[in-house]
Amino acid sequence: MNSGISGDYQTQQTLETFGFLPKLTAEEVQKQIAYIVANGWSPSIEHEHPSNSMDHYWTMWKLPFFGETNIGNVLAELESCHRTYPGHHIRLIGYDAYTQSQSSCFVVYEG
Amino acid sequence: MSSKGYQAGVKEYRDKYWTPDYVPLDTDLLACFKVTGQPGVPREEVAAAVAAESSTGTWSTVWSEYLTDLEFYKGRAYRIEDVPGDSESFYTFIAYPLDLFEEGSIVNVLTSLVGNVFGFKALKHLRLEDLRFPMAYIKTCGGPPAGIQVERDRLNKYGRPMLGCTIKPKLGLSAKNYGRAVYECLRGGLDLTKDDENVNSQSFMRWRDRFDFVSEAIDKAERETGERKGHYLNVTAATPEDMYERAEYAKELGQPIIMHDFLTGGFTANTGLANWCRKNGMLLHIHRAMHAVIDRHPKHGIHFRVLAKCLRLSGGDHLHTGTVVGKLEGDRNSTLGFVDQLRESFVPEDRSRGVFFDQDWGSMPGVFAVASGGIHVWHMPALLNIFGDDSVLQFGGGTQGHPWGNAAGAAANRVALEACVKARNEGRELEHEAKDIMTNAAKNSPELAIAMETWKEIKFEFETVDKLDV
Repeated sequence: MNSGISGDYQTQQTLETFGFLPKLTAEEVQKQIAYIVANGWSPSIEHEHPSNSMDHYWTMWKLPFFGETNIGNVLAELESCHRTYPGHHIRLIGYDAYTQSQSSCFVVYEG
Repeated sequence: MSSKGYQAGVKEYRDKYWTPDYVPLDTDLLACFKVTGQPGVPREEVAAAVAAESSTGTWSTVWSEYLTDLEFYKGRAYRIEDVPGDSESFYTFIAYPLDLFEEGSIVNVLTSLVGNVFGFKALKHLRLEDLRFPMAYIKTCGGPPAGIQVERDRLNKYGRPMLGCTIKPKLGLSAKNYGRAVYECLRGGLDLTKDDENVNSQSFMRWRDRFDFVSEAIDKAERETGERKGHYLNVTAATPEDMYERAEYAKELGQPIIMHDFLTGGFTANTGLANWCRKNGMLLHIHRAMHAVIDRHPKHGIHFRVLAKCLRLSGGDHLHTGTVVGKLEGDRNSTLGFVDQLRESFVPEDRSRGVFFDQDWGSMPGVFAVASGGIHVWHMPALLNIFGDDSVLQFGGGTQGHPWGNAAGAAANRVALEACVKARNEGRELEHEAKDIMTNAAKNSPELAIAMETWKEIKFEFETVDKLDV
């Protein structure tokens, strides 16, 4: 018998990158924003009701913050979005204009 | 008869094919061969023979060569270099005019360059080390059906490598049991699972049954996890007709990705399938069975960096590159050299990585590097450092060998990967701080803790057979 688990092994609802880590603290989120900014990517925030989380497109919280290098401002926007939509998933994205992709994307708040 | 007229007989190759003053054109296809001649034959003669036999020449003068302008069509050996630390062999650089090759045909390029010449008696060994494809030729090739950026968008995977695994045991499972193994891996946290290369359509599991059960496994795992999933359905088959039949059925089932073995299947099949994938919105995973037969001997054959370049042009969205740290052969710098060729838009000459030419890829999409073979959670920090985000890390035994089963094994790998990505983004030194990063991650994941305990002693420390010449 397996010694470390009791009963069956449950499937987790996760939301892609960092979905298997404990929720990031504010300080840890700051470090990820710093990584986005240091790479020259544009921070952006999106939110969506959990029932639509599989959609490619979530609703944008304002426009991407082009040229924003102040980490505190991005964190404040995340908090502001969370206050407005407490029941929504909220994700932080780093738009990379060179690869035309998102070089960072993870859910900060789960609804 | 004038002296310019036809004279039957055998000439020295170097009279015509050794041209040390030649300056290669931007449109030339350039090749670097490592040549080991028979004793006593001058280097220039051997180099010229390689240029001749891989382009327009034959051993004897023939009258009909006077009906064309061979000066225009011939390959030219234009440089010879010592191989560091090897007095027996030398490098020769050869320029081939663009008109020698059919547009978009890797088959044609290889038939010329690595055809008869490799059996030439004047040579003891011959190895094609590198090719420089001119932009004019690259623009005639289809390349990856989707490419890295498109695949990320379709699968919704950002800011990290993707995680995969090959379903084991590789042969002998029934289709339903096989689908179970797929489902367990995907629901546990992997992004992708894979048919083993020799899973085609054997009597114990016919392809259509496998496709049906795997499709249900993916649907269920996606519903339950809220993440996008896929399985490389191997469509490699005995004939192109069988291959396309399987590809069409995968599409009918709404599957995102299929798989092909590009060397055993051949470049004709591969290029055709890549074109089909591009037309039908399907991703294409490429396995490389048979490569070590061709690329492992340091003095004979074709270096894998050439095969990798050929694959990017022929078409594929993923290509196996070895792991550097796992059970299979692979020098770190050499691997980094051809991983660049798969993913970057320009790769400069860098002999410390075995790159002999500047290579401009223009707008050709990139190919994900796939690291697979004998890797487990302890390798994660090094793998992330070596391969970066645009890779697929595949843990077969390292997922399915977990004491609690596939789903827990998948979760262990996913936790390890995400902990490493998070640490890297925070500016930490992954390989130096590996133990600390992993141990901390395991505090919140009993799956990872037991995986670290299970595989702590497993190492694969053998000397690399094919080392870079430095």
